[in-house]
Amino acid sequence: MSVSDRFTAAGLDIRPTRHESFLAYNRFRFLRWATVLVLLSIALYLGVRPYGQPYGGGWAGYTLGTVGALLILWLTWFGYRKRTYNSNSGRLAARLSAHVYLGLALFFVATLHTGFHFGWNIHTFAYALMCIVIASGIFGIFAYAHYPRQMTENRESMTTAQMLGRIAGIDDELRNVVMPLDDTTVAAIERCIETNEIGGSAWRQLSGRYPRCTTAAAIAHMEAIAEGHTIVQEAWRQTLVKLSEKAALLARIRRDIRFKAMMEAWLFLHIPLTFALLAALTAHIIAIFFM
Amino acid sequence: MDRPLAAEFKVAIVGSGPAGLSAAAHAAKLGVSHVLFERTPHINDTIFKYQKRKHVMATPEVLPLRSDLDFKEESREEIIESWTAAVETDKINLRLGVEVTAIKGQKGDFTLTLSSGEAVAAENVVMAIGVQGNLNRLRIPGNDLPFVQYQLDDPDEYKGEEIVVIGTGDAGLENALALAVNNNVSIVNRVADFPRAKAGNIALIEAAIKRGDIQHLANCEPKGLEDGGFLVLDTADGAGVRLKCDRVIARIGALPPRRFVESCGIVFPNDSPTAYPAVSETYESQIPGLYIVGALAGYPLIKHCLNQGYEVVEYIQGNKIPPADEPLIQAKLDDAGVKMNVNELVAAVRERLPLFAALTTLQVREFLIHSNIHYPKSGEVVFKRGEFANSLYNILGGEVGIQVDPDNPDEMVRLRRGDFFGEMALISGRRRTSTVIATTQALLLEIDRNTMVKLVRSEPTIKAGIDKAAVIREIKTFLAPQVEDNLLRDVVESSAVVEFRPNEKLIEEDATDDSVYLIRKGSVTVSMNCGGKDVVLAYVPAGNYVGEMALITHRNRAATVTAASATEAIRMDSAAFRGLLEKDPALRRKVEAKLEQRMMDRNLMQRNAEAGDLIKFLVREGCGEATDVLLIDESLCVRCDNCEKACAETHHGVSRLNREAGPTFEMLHVPTSCRHCEDPHCMQDCPPDAIHRAPNGEVFISDQCIGCGNCERNCPYGVIQMAAVPEKKPGLLSWMFFGRGPGPGEDKSPAGLARRTGGKHAVKCDMCKGIDGGPACVRACPTGAAIRVDPAGFIDVMRHAGA
Repeated sequence: MSVSDRFTAAGLDIRPTRHESFLAYNRFRFLRWATVLVLLSIALYLGVRPYGQPYGGGWAGYTLGTVGALLILWLTWFGYRKRTYNSNSGRLAARLSAHVYLGLALFFVATLHTGFHFGWNIHTFAYALMCIVIASGIFGIFAYAHYPRQMTENRESMTTAQMLGRIAGIDDELRNVVMPLDDTTVAAIERCIETNEIGGSAWRQLSGRYPRCTTAAAIAHMEAIAEGHTIVQEAWRQTLVKLSEKAALLARIRRDIRFKAMMEAWLFLHIPLTFALLAALTAHIIAIFFM
Repeated sequence: MDRPLAAEFKVAIVGSGPAGLSAAAHAAKLGVSHVLFERTPHINDTIFKYQKRKHVMATPEVLPLRSDLDFKEESREEIIESWTAAVETDKINLRLGVEVTAIKGQKGDFTLTLSSGEAVAAENVVMAIGVQGNLNRLRIPGNDLPFVQYQLDDPDEYKGEEIVVIGTGDAGLENALALAVNNNVSIVNRVADFPRAKAGNIALIEAAIKRGDIQHLANCEPKGLEDGGFLVLDTADGAGVRLKCDRVIARIGALPPRRFVESCGIVFPNDSPTAYPAVSETYESQIPGLYIVGALAGYPLIKHCLNQGYEVVEYIQGNKIPPADEPLIQAKLDDAGVKMNVNELVAAVRERLPLFAALTTLQVREFLIHSNIHYPKSGEVVFKRGEFANSLYNILGGEVGIQVDPDNPDEMVRLRRGDFFGEMALISGRRRTSTVIATTQALLLEIDRNTMVKLVRSEPTIKAGIDKAAVIREIKTFLAPQVEDNLLRDVVESSAVVEFRPNEKLIEEDATDDSVYLIRKGSVTVSMNCGGKDVVLAYVPAGNYVGEMALITHRNRAATVTAASATEAIRMDSAAFRGLLEKDPALRRKVEAKLEQRMMDRNLMQRNAEAGDLIKFLVREGCGEATDVLLIDESLCVRCDNCEKACAETHHGVSRLNREAGPTFEMLHVPTSCRHCEDPHCMQDCPPDAIHRAPNGEVFISDQCIGCGNCERNCPYGVIQMAAVPEKKPGLLSWMFFGRGPGPGEDKSPAGLARRTGGKHAVKCDMCKGIDGGPACVRACPTGAAIRVDPAGFIDVMRHAGA
């Protein structure tokens, strides 16, 4: 018996003994469910003829529409579920697994529901919003599968605080080694110490490009004055070494931020558009039944 | 000889702490002539020196208060105010600023010599001087200048000052660390390291020095203090420096009261620095008429002290009142349905349990408060195999059976009156190895783990008694369950229990010894030198033997065996072990088959160095002594910190884990989170005994925590924090839709933490004990990156990584 038995005995798979990705949860249980749902939907669409008169109506059309609408509500509820911690409803990883696969299945269910009738109206608008939400979710799956490993490899066991601490240390060292050099160089190094551009606007975070980086500028300056530095060569060399070390660290932090941003950015589309979708869906249902 | 007699008292009380003051208050109430001496200018120096506004707990909660002084859970200020008022209203004969320097005489005729040279006669003396002793002062010129102080009430009182701390014991280091938050702190050290402090404090101070938070003045000696805030130091190079500072805080220890106590003729049982003088059940020392109560008698809790002060005066008056704990113990008997009174129970323990023969009646009563009484009917299960151990069982009457073989429940080893059981899991800190059933109606005394640990430490005969029985049972359980006792006799008699510190070697590669080690506590790693690199081949937890290869193959040691955590092993003599194998061919075949399996595993591991490195990594991170540890697969972790938020949300807003901190090997990350150690470091020095292990293995801190911070310092993994309880916050939906209150996990931010008021308590992971769904961190992980694993699981994780 182990501590885990208490939970497994209660029928909750709370204590996995090894790491298992949400995508592979319980031997792809929800992928199997989603596949069955899609196959049933296709069967319904092909089997009931004529399908949906007009535009997704009829009992088959209404069935697909109801299933799709309920799925949307259930998928939206994930945001609430994610933040309920004192629950007995099992692992969030299981829920995310279901969210991902049933969310993908929703695309098929809703597409079949439309009966492939599209136009410039509220109905297609709701459908389009749903597609964007699903597409952003697909990017999320890609990000979740792709960036965590890169993030760890990039960090090499350092925490953000440690990296920032090391940069502060290099700044102190730079102040000392640059002293024998000329005033313009000291000023360039001082600028590099004063402004460390990390993070910043959404575009900076996502692209990882910092064209006004003072460290890069300082390195360019050092390379420009490379010739004719015989007496103070050692100071020049040391300054450049420190600058390169700093540039490497800055690049590492910026990559770290970029990876993190990539894993979060899609949510800024996924979540607001979900609420827009709920509004459009409501309008769509009202338009169908009450107008 | 003329004796200047100032006064004649029925009772003289030395020390105005909770015990002494309570005694004086009761003497005053009864109209007994008394005098109370206090060497400081105020009553209750220990509580007086507590941090300002410290919240003082009234533990143990179950114990009723019996004193003329009021005491409940309240602040330091409220206690001092109420007790100072009681001195007036109760008409206590208190003499402040008077130190008693000698006590001579006998019952009815004691003479107390005071620091003023005056002598006082008393019929009885109550010594209630605590264990703090007198603070040492610097022995250099200027040691009483106003900027020099010898204690620190509230580190937060000082901001932006230049402060020099003298003293590198725990008090000095703790003060320096606390002050460094808001001040420029330097610490003066005669040497270059910190040999007198606890490991936890050393790690903290070294980190602070490295960060530059604290300046380390190593190899320096204070020479003098000068007006205007100057400290003169001798430096190693002989040059010397004159430092300007705002404040000097000298924490250079205290003179323990033991020397004074011994000078009064009282004998201590041993030389241990934690030894207490023995007292009778009426708190009387070996010298009739001289009583010892409170912390000096081994009772550090305020409520105990108050009760003892009251009781000692009653005893001096000749009233045989029952102790305050009497109804508690009686209730335990009544609840179990045992028709016995407390005195009969105490007598039964002393007569029937040889293990506790050396204890005094008072010590027996003390552990009975922390014990449970069971009265199971024939056939009832006492405990089940696989449960976590919390206690030792003693048989006061009846008979129990131990099911040694889980596949054959009818085969039982019988134990009778006077025997004990449950010690194996208590020693290893692991799960129960067998199920125990009452075979007749049995009267059982269950003593909890913490009490047992204290008893074992304070009384060597208890440790020896437990070890003697445990060795036989461990050999039988882990090595030779089917073997007859008489065949094992040689092995048992020639074996010895050996203790190893973490990283100490049990066996060295190429050595010529050939004893076999049975690991009974902790765990070991097996490694081999391959081309100059130490390659780890196996991780062996308690309940297994190592070292049989050399004995069977008659060669030198093939591998090194190193303790992965504090480990205890039974070393079995090779000749006796070989003899046993010869006498029992079945056992020989079993041992040889296991050896063969081990050789195959080793060959596999040698080809797979990465798996060995993973074992090394996990062991270094404390997984070797863990019973349950949080492991994060960073290739799955999306850094959403939902684990931390879930932890905070289910635990009063304070996350007990830090996801980002902690080391990573390959993609496996060990965050800063409790390992629920087999022998928890945090439990070692908890004054109110507030840290326990639940039956499912969770190590948790109960409400009895007094916020002293010992556990935080003792934890080598930094997983315990001191935190105040936040305000209650609105529900999730009102945050989502109306933006009310802090959202999930938001109140653990610095701004949220600043809003907290009230007393701080130690908080740590309790593995979400009491939450049906299990650990919130694992439940809340959206990607399956977080899992919690027990030792059996490590091996699985290791194999998985090695595959």
